[in-house]
Amino acid sequence: MAEYIIKNGFVFDPTQGIKGDKADIAVKDGKIVKSTEVSSKAKTIDASGKTVMAGAVEIHAHIAGPKVNEGRNYRPEDKLFTYRPKSASSRMAGGFSIPTTFKTGYEYARMGYTTAMEAAMPPLYARHVHEEIKDTPIIDEGAYPVFGNNWFVLEYLKNKEIENTCAYISWLLEASKGYAVKVVNPGGTEAWGWGLNCLTIDDPVPYFDITPREIVTGLIEANEALGLPHSVHIHQNSLGNPGNYTVTLDTLKLAEGFKAKNKFGREQVLHSTHLQFHSYGGDSWANFESKSKEVMDYVNKQKNITVDTGCVTLDETTTMTADGPFEHHLTELNHLKWANVDVELETAAGIVPYIYSPDIKVCEIQWAIGLELALMAKDPMRCFITTDHPNAGPFTRYPRIIKWLMSAEARKKQIESFKHSAKMVEATHIAGIDRELSLYEIAQMTRAGPAKSLGLSHQYGGLAPGMDADIVVYDFNPEKPHKPEDIEKAFSAAAYVMKTGVPVVINGEIVSNGNKRTLWVKAKVNENPQVMRDIRDKFLRYYSVTQANYDVSSHFVPNPHVIEVDATH
Amino acid sequence: METVTITMKNQPKLYLEADNISPDKFAGKKASEIAALHAYEGREQTTLGKYFEIAGEGGATAADTRIVVKGDVSRVKYIGMKMSAGEVLVEQSPDMYTGAWMQGGKLIVKGSVDSFAGIGMKGGEFLVEGNAGDYLGAAYRGDWRGMQGGLIRVKGNAGSDIGYFMNGGTIIVHGNSDVHVGTHMEGGRIIVKGNAPSKVGGQMVGGEIFVYGTIDVMMPGFKYVQDEEVEVDGEKALFALYHGDTGERHPKRKGQIVYGKLYLKI
Ligand SMILES: [Zn+2]
Repeated sequence: MAEYIIKNGFVFDPTQGIKGDKADIAVKDGKIVKSTEVSSKAKTIDASGKTVMAGAVEIHAHIAGPKVNEGRNYRPEDKLFTYRPKSASSRMAGGFSIPTTFKTGYEYARMGYTTAMEAAMPPLYARHVHEEIKDTPIIDEGAYPVFGNNWFVLEYLKNKEIENTCAYISWLLEASKGYAVKVVNPGGTEAWGWGLNCLTIDDPVPYFDITPREIVTGLIEANEALGLPHSVHIHQNSLGNPGNYTVTLDTLKLAEGFKAKNKFGREQVLHSTHLQFHSYGGDSWANFESKSKEVMDYVNKQKNITVDTGCVTLDETTTMTADGPFEHHLTELNHLKWANVDVELETAAGIVPYIYSPDIKVCEIQWAIGLELALMAKDPMRCFITTDHPNAGPFTRYPRIIKWLMSAEARKKQIESFKHSAKMVEATHIAGIDRELSLYEIAQMTRAGPAKSLGLSHQYGGLAPGMDADIVVYDFNPEKPHKPEDIEKAFSAAAYVMKTGVPVVINGEIVSNGNKRTLWVKAKVNENPQVMRDIRDKFLRYYSVTQANYDVSSHFVPNPHVIEVDATH
Repeated sequence: METVTITMKNQPKLYLEADNISPDKFAGKKASEIAALHAYEGREQTTLGKYFEIAGEGGATAADTRIVVKGDVSRVKYIGMKMSAGEVLVEQSPDMYTGAWMQGGKLIVKGSVDSFAGIGMKGGEFLVEGNAGDYLGAAYRGDWRGMQGGLIRVKGNAGSDIGYFMNGGTIIVHGNSDVHVGTHMEGGRIIVKGNAPSKVGGQMVGGEIFVYGTIDVMMPGFKYVQDEEVEVDGEKALFALYHGDTGERHPKRKGQIVYGKLYLKI
């Protein structure tokens, strides 16, 4: 296989503590090797005057599956004027907030992202998720099946049966080819089936008579008993409601007393996602305010938690979540079209278009909160940049978010352009923050941090020998003076991107579709006849499909990358 | 004002997406540069010069540019798309999306237009001497933001779903329309001087619809209010006013509920 040497770039690699030193990165057989290990035939990529980082890792985005596709179907207007014709190495691609699978792969790659996680896979429709993942070129992907409203989980955890919960998780990860345990509005989505919701962690789920508190702690216990690469990944109760930060703190505190147990170097037991939507004060939209400080003060001192931001990008976008009751609430607010689906025994989903307008005070405050979380993070290895794509904005805006985080001047300009800037400043902290994140901190928040949280720091997020050759060169010279816009421009279209040793982007253009892999976790547990009987029984009694038509068979996952865990005892 | 005349010389095999035929795009360009502007035939990118003979050159700005389109353009879409000023005259009958998202200037079609003409229109004047197809002055598929301003006048008949999600501006149809007039309408004015068979003003929130002829079946969500004299298209006439669609959510203005208004000529 080809050898490469990426020469003379300013390297930012948190896994080795390299903070912008000039260094050469050598590649052989798809892996990073010591410079002395490549022959003189190695192809040289000149990165002098440019920034070099590992490929970025997306920890939370909605990019594949039935909910995303329903968004595409019911929003043809999202595709208007966005199409790019095919080129020699890329297919026609379009869509803005819900791009086609092809555009999803191309756009991530052009920004220097080489791995992405689909954040909510309904197990019943896992085949659809994997069909779309297969059609998303270049980037490695995994998907998180949702567990927080699943009837098996609710029943086992109500009876405190952790071992059975583990056996079920193990079975479902394999059946759905899933990567991690995702929880969306624990209990609340099931309650939505009864026209209700769970807005605190102690609201009981109707019929099942279990609380979100019990669901979350039970799943953390099971996750750590299994030793999965990622922790429980949670979208908390009461998303998007004024005053919800207390529910957020209550949920985060559930991690106290748990310790991470795994062989992957992961240290957290709980990942709290799109925290922006969960850091709200006030008791109505009239006195709505930022509680980012209260939330981040807790996150900063609680070492066994990781978070991602869910930054609002000020765009017209498409919200979509397994939090069915929230989407109903949203359509009542903005009166735009609403799609809603119940997924038998497992979950639900809703979709509503949303315009984050710079002329609406609430949206301006939301914009500030997302950035504040990142700017208040004491440990950038535990706070990651996301937009909860497409919920707070499309992932294609990451370069703009990076600009805002790296430049107080860019933030000031944005604040001044808001219609209600004075009122917004009063309700937030953003105007008083002068911190500007460094390229090293950006590499922590977009590469090394998420890779570690996912239990993948042995292969992703860094440039140490032995790691996958996922390498990005940005046309950005950290030693030269620059304008904020230069940051956005450089991160929007990388000068060079390599994915597992294959050049995929050159000068911002796609040159290859790479060797895309699907990551999933095979967790081996002791034989558990009771759980196997329960599964058979549920399929016979309730599911509208047979078990044989449920499993994601291997042809849906043509290029798997399986992470194995042995939880037998 | 400079005039560019483009004449169909080679019919496309597939439909031609020619959104560059607009004064904004032709302004400041010589014939050879206009010929090099892109168009799409199916998935292939091609140029206007492959299909059209081009004579004359654009003015300095869109406002100084007039385009005359000659020949059979029944396979050409998007003529006048997003034009903001100047003039376009189409001598025969173009395909769909003529004058789509038009913002200003004047667009005249001597023949008829197919569906989606003037969708999302924001301003300007659009005259069709023949008939119009479906979704005249409507919103793009899926969108809730329809025609917002400007004037569309159709001398003949119009198809179904005209003024779908209309927010502003005026549509005048001198002949008849087909079903679904002003569905989801929130503002603006639709005038049908002939008949409108049914589904007139369904889910209408605001705006005005005038029908001079007959409506075979009224929507159940409309209730008669009073007779009113109104000036429409330069002449006064007496109409029966109905409020609707009462099955829909209606905003309040100054304490009063705002309804859509349906006027039937007496
Ligand atoms: Zn999400």
